[in-house]
Amino acid sequence: MRSLIDILELSTKELDELISTADDIIENPQKYAHKCDGKKLATLFFEPSTRTRLSFEAAMYELGGNVIGFSEAQSSSASKGESVADTAKVISCYADIIAMRHPKEGAPLVASMNATVPVINAGDGGHNHPTQTLADLLTIHREKGRFNNLTVGLCGDLKFGRTVHSLIAALRRYENVKFILISPAELKLPDYVKESLTKDNVDFVETTNLEEAIKELDILYMTRVQRERFFNEEEYLRLKDSYILTPEKLVNAKKDMAILHPLPRVNEISVAIDNDPRACYFKQVLYGKYMRMALILKLLEVE
Amino acid sequence: MKVDSIKNGIVIDHITAGKGMEIYSLLGLDQLECSVALIRNVPSRKMGKKDIIKIDADIVIDTAILGFVDPDITVNIIKDNKIIDKKTIELPEKLVDVLKCKNPRCISMTEQELSHIFTLADRENRVYRCLYCETKAK
Ligand SMILES: [Zn+2]
Repeated sequence: MRSLIDILELSTKELDELISTADDIIENPQKYAHKCDGKKLATLFFEPSTRTRLSFEAAMYELGGNVIGFSEAQSSSASKGESVADTAKVISCYADIIAMRHPKEGAPLVASMNATVPVINAGDGGHNHPTQTLADLLTIHREKGRFNNLTVGLCGDLKFGRTVHSLIAALRRYENVKFILISPAELKLPDYVKESLTKDNVDFVETTNLEEAIKELDILYMTRVQRERFFNEEEYLRLKDSYILTPEKLVNAKKDMAILHPLPRVNEISVAIDNDPRACYFKQVLYGKYMRMALILKLLEVE
Repeated sequence: MKVDSIKNGIVIDHITAGKGMEIYSLLGLDQLECSVALIRNVPSRKMGKKDIIKIDADIVIDTAILGFVDPDITVNIIKDNKIIDKKTIELPEKLVDVLKCKNPRCISMTEQELSHIFTLADRENRVYRCLYCETKAK
């Protein structure tokens, strides 16, 4: 029995298998419509995240399975002080697989150490969110057909953006991947992540200039620059617009560059770009559902 | 200064000067009935100054903890006035209930009866990280 808590628990071979399964689901959805008949997914959301929860639930329904669960801690036994360990043991009696979102970092790991069914980390605070990374990876693979020989631009909040850190961790395992880190000085990638890249001879450059960097990119991964990350309002106002993607900034980009964003966006990608063929962020949401389907099949060991 | 040599027991040698007290309490030596000597600032050719702990009893101590606190320590096991075993300490892969995570958002802060576990992330730089949230141990 296996769980998925951190994206790096999947080898590149397993990742390839998940991607082929997802590709096959996209081609032949009817083949998968009854794979999970009679199985139940429990979505335990100790903090609300409608988007992620609906993606898991849609994934399970499309496999023929059912869903039980809750979407806020107030309605659960956690409000009565039950431990994560006990919750995991109890829910194991009702469900075949668990997807857990929790504000505390490491809570899904604790659940997986106590559950008797597989646990999927659906986001633990600012720590891990492996199924978002699976969505990112399928998008990259479907757009580019490969994970090696890519120049990947990551733009916005690289300091606190957990999706950025996980994506880097997953992609650096491939040959000839170069990262261009585009952010204000205040939101640069943490030193320990950069050190790990240097140690493994992974090529990266840091810049503050999106317009300059965009020419080189095969992938542009945009993230939100959040107001609360700044010390003062002026600084935020000064910087926020330099990291907004507009049609003007896209002029110099490659014709087949793929634009990704973990969503929700606020204003960092102009809606004028939504119809550009390079905009992949809504497809990315759809791919997230297919990867969750592939993951559920893998963890339930359904053939 | 002279402290009687021991017949059967343990001598923890080459403790970094000043760390003796910390190790004394970490190993729970204050709980022992037998004679225990903590000798501080002993002149040492190799280290300038060092601390030594002598335990006059045939007990088992958790050397894994020592590896984390002061990895250059040696542990000598004495039987009939002779050193029968000399252990150098390796950094343990895992520390269970030795350190507590300082990250306020970590599950180990709120979950009852959860072991505090740290794993060795970087042997060269002696970096441990919390198993649950991966925060670096200070
Ligand atoms: Zn922790």
